[in-house]
Amino acid sequence: MSLLKEAFEKGEFAVTAEMAPPKGIDFTHLIECAKAIKGRVHGVNVTDFQSATLKATSLATCRILQEQGLEPVLQITGRDRNRIAIQGELLSAGVFGIENVLALTGDHTTVGDHPGAMPVYDLDSVGILQAASALMGGKDMSGNELAGTPKYFLGACVTPRYDPVELQVLKMKKKIKAGARFFQTQAVYDMETLRNFRELTKNLDAKLMVGIVPLKSAGMAKYMNNNVPGIFVPDELIERLKAAEDKVKEGIKIAGEFIKAVREEGLCDGAHIMAIGAEENVPAILDEAGL
Amino acid sequence: MVISEKKPFEEILEYLKDAKKVVILGCSLCATVCRVGGEPEVLEMKKKLEENGKQVLGYKILDPACNYMQVRKDLKGLKQELSEADAVISLACGDGTQTIAKLTDIPAYPGNNTMFIGEVERVGQYEEVCLACGNCQLGWTGGICPVTKCSKGLLNGPCGGATKDGKCEVKPEHDCAWIQIYEKLKKLNKLDNLEVIREPRNYAINVHPNRIDLKDVCNKCTL
Repeated sequence: MSLLKEAFEKGEFAVTAEMAPPKGIDFTHLIECAKAIKGRVHGVNVTDFQSATLKATSLATCRILQEQGLEPVLQITGRDRNRIAIQGELLSAGVFGIENVLALTGDHTTVGDHPGAMPVYDLDSVGILQAASALMGGKDMSGNELAGTPKYFLGACVTPRYDPVELQVLKMKKKIKAGARFFQTQAVYDMETLRNFRELTKNLDAKLMVGIVPLKSAGMAKYMNNNVPGIFVPDELIERLKAAEDKVKEGIKIAGEFIKAVREEGLCDGAHIMAIGAEENVPAILDEAGL
Repeated sequence: MVISEKKPFEEILEYLKDAKKVVILGCSLCATVCRVGGEPEVLEMKKKLEENGKQVLGYKILDPACNYMQVRKDLKGLKQELSEADAVISLACGDGTQTIAKLTDIPAYPGNNTMFIGEVERVGQYEEVCLACGNCQLGWTGGICPVTKCSKGLLNGPCGGATKDGKCEVKPEHDCAWIQIYEKLKKLNKLDNLEVIREPRNYAINVHPNRIDLKDVCNKCTL
């Protein structure tokens, strides 16, 4: 069984860390970062051409991390593949015994490093979950029988700080209907947003993992406030970063404290740490969070 | 309406690099409304081509360029000019240009780029509204098309990417179609529509080229 699923079932506070595949074929740094958190997280969550930029694939990277003894979470978006390719990728994950799958619609091609590429979106996040659920039932989306049935533990994403938030909750319900059992949130930096969201979703049958993006500077926080949809960094955190001598260390501290507070208040069932290019800092965040 | 824009003139000149004598054809309907294929634009094209050493043997505003029988009739009046010309420039939409190409024995070059099926908001302002997907979703969306107006063409609600002021992260000047749909459905008291999982689109129904013959679909038709 998936370690992640098991952790949720046991009522443990589950932790996953995001790992981006390299742009190229040198996996040295990625493997080092992964090894450093082995045994401390329930899963390493591998992005699928994140921000629509070209990288090695999520599946290949998951496989490499699996060889290192880590449990991967395969991210898969609807942007680059049609339903045949998506189901093929999911079956391939099944062959490798990769159970955790995070279904995403995906950033648009125009925001990435190949802006002229054709966006596919044959399936959205809901469609990917439906496809994976069908495969788990021993059939493809068209109802054709499979030789051997894969097992998945399905997840999806949600943006708690969204106006109107009801629209996110409606979609979340569809994702659950389609098979999602856990959700990762967009990065959250304030407890109030999580409290509201927990209240809104308390009757939904799915686990919630708070998304954590450690801040590296006050500038980064301001940039995210102005440019990244669904993200709100409170002023007091920006001030803390401004005043700090070592901004990166302060960002790690903020992230760790936040995870701890969320856990203590029972606002989420786990945390998903997205270090975005600073994966080497994940152990320090875990230390800070007491995990 | 079919919304078109003018092609860069340099691109048209490149098409015409080996042509000396040309005929210009416009269209009385959409291209005229879009101000890319009416009489002023045809005359402007004539002037610019002449300034670039081309000889314009004739011109006509087709009424409209997308009606095969009508174009065939209209082109009879230009028979002499077309027999002497090296090329035709079409200031119609892509449809009109294809009709013209079908009915002429010399190259027919597009002078416009066909942009979308849209609504005339007011003079000179057009909004893209329909992608002709062949499977209209407007019945449950409050009359707002997510296939056209959501950058990702999503059918199951928004991605997480709307900005604080409800704009699309892909095209910041556009409203998020899903927030608009949500607001419209809320007004109509039909938010339940958003709880239904919409199955992935069936692209098999829209394999191009499509053809419709009313004689096939309507047995009372007297066509």
